[in-house]
Amino acid sequence: MSIFTQRTTEAAEPLTTATGVPSHVDRSVHGRRGRAGRAGGRRIGSHVFLVILAIYFVVPIWWLVVAATKDTAGLFSSPAFWFSGDFSLFSNIAELFTHQGGIYWRWLGNSFVYAFAGGIGATVLAILAGYGFAKYDFRGRGAVFTVVLGSVMVPLTALVIPTFMLLSQYGIINTPWAVILPSLLSPFGVYLMRVYTQDAVPDEMLEAARIDGAGELRTFFQVALPLLRPAIVTVLLLSVVGTWNNFFLPLAVLTDPQLLPVTVGLNRWTALSNAGAGGEQVWNLITTGAFISVLPLILSFLFLQRYWQGGLSVGSIK
Amino acid sequence: MTTQTSVAAPAVPRRRAPGAGGSTLLRRRQRWGWLFVSPFLAVFALLLVFPLAYAFGMSLFTSTLATGTEFTGVGNYVKAFTDPLFLEGMLRVLAFALVMIPAQLIVAIAAALVLDTLATKLSKLSRLLIFAPYAIPGVIGALMWSFLYSPRFGPGGTLFNLVGLPTPDFLAPGTIFGSLVNIVTWQWAGYYMVVIYAALRAIDPSIYEAARIDGANGWQTALRIKVPMIGSSMVMIVMFALIGTLQFFTEPVVLRNVAQGAIDAAYTPNMYAYSLAFSYSQFNYASAIAFSLGALVFAGSFVFLFLTRKQSGLK
Repeated sequence: MSIFTQRTTEAAEPLTTATGVPSHVDRSVHGRRGRAGRAGGRRIGSHVFLVILAIYFVVPIWWLVVAATKDTAGLFSSPAFWFSGDFSLFSNIAELFTHQGGIYWRWLGNSFVYAFAGGIGATVLAILAGYGFAKYDFRGRGAVFTVVLGSVMVPLTALVIPTFMLLSQYGIINTPWAVILPSLLSPFGVYLMRVYTQDAVPDEMLEAARIDGAGELRTFFQVALPLLRPAIVTVLLLSVVGTWNNFFLPLAVLTDPQLLPVTVGLNRWTALSNAGAGGEQVWNLITTGAFISVLPLILSFLFLQRYWQGGLSVGSIK
Repeated sequence: MTTQTSVAAPAVPRRRAPGAGGSTLLRRRQRWGWLFVSPFLAVFALLLVFPLAYAFGMSLFTSTLATGTEFTGVGNYVKAFTDPLFLEGMLRVLAFALVMIPAQLIVAIAAALVLDTLATKLSKLSRLLIFAPYAIPGVIGALMWSFLYSPRFGPGGTLFNLVGLPTPDFLAPGTIFGSLVNIVTWQWAGYYMVVIYAALRAIDPSIYEAARIDGANGWQTALRIKVPMIGSSMVMIVMFALIGTLQFFTEPVVLRNVAQGAIDAAYTPNMYAYSLAFSYSQFNYASAIAFSLGALVFAGSFVFLFLTRKQSGLK
């Protein structure tokens, strides 16, 4: 069978609790209590190390916050890590609405549409397939799953040029579909959902529902789906972030400036600004635009902490 | 529910005996299994298998203005594996893998091990801050660093002049490698830290008790017990980092805006394929390059998984 689903003996035990809920969900509760007592919170060396690391990781973000408040002159003349005299954030935002007809907001909207259409689609496909692979012992399951799993190792960017050529054959290049359709493909999502479903959905519960006369679909929607919520949020988060961050694919398949996502759009402004022509230098718009574009993801990670802190590791614990 | 009692389905080899249900039920179940996986498999076939097959087909032809399109068999592959631009790019991403992956792993493991021993507000905040760059798209992260590296905007000059050193050029041919390693480490180490941290938390704490009774100190517990026990997480991380690094594209493309002299259009194999396809319209040869890269990455990850099967527990 597959190479991934085999478990090591030492990993098998802490993975599943008596309730069948994967252990990282409730272990985080027990673990916190146990460790808090042990640590005591007075380890100065460890804290200094962490603070230094945190500074390294956060300084560029701080720079972005500061830079978003400067006009182009301020970007050149004032210290990089502190505010310049005048606060230009709002005038920069206003300029984003007028520069090239407010195309920046169009880009941001495109990013949202692509990320959610691709991410939700990929998640739905992964939930269905993960459940099918985990709970139905159909003929050919092992072979098919091994192929799907093997495809995790196919680099997605190696698919960009083939996909471009194929989509242009069918005339859907330079349309939103050219970005959304390839984003639906998430073999890793399927793998995560399968692994999670195996642990979180006990066979006995499914059998009980069937004996009570529930059909397969109803069993899936009413019994299995609610148990899968943490994994669903994780897969959704990963696939939305993946599509939101994508650069190579939209760069290759979109040429119409109106269709670009914000990543490709801002890169285009940077290339133009660097190329030099005075009127095209929009450094203040690039920094403010970048700042606004990272806010949605940073905020959602902040609010969804509960999910990703346990969830991002679902697949890798095994 | 219709039940046909007399049909004897062929015995399907099963790993788990079903709790209840006869052979008909079993066949119905089989059909439902296929129904659940088929939407994904359709996408898989249309957007992975088909494009790959199509690209492979394209790579076997060559089109020139003089002769039109003709079948050249493995000609494009012979050309690719003797093409210095492709080979240099391949070596370069391998060098990146050798430097970048250990750099990210060391930062991630160190941070996760320290976090695992602490439960303070400050440690929780640090965890969040170290993870934060993951929430920033690669393009935006690279754009931010290209500002910071820039001699015009960046703080490099001020910082180094403070301690009496000349302003370094982060975007010169000699330094661009390190500058790129820094960007990627900044972007990904926090994510790997979260994964390793979660794996550490899944270890049964009673093992640490046992180690303590046996006289192990903090360092010994960390290096001899914790690190070996998260072997499978590390294998997964290295595999994904390897796949990601070999297809290096976004960061060098963005930095090329400000460092044309240090990063050429064929800096990585993916950039080479991109420029062949979109700047020179050599789609056949670009397909061969993309396909070769894909095959090498696939083979490399496979060999890596095989070599680490003991650590990961994968068989």
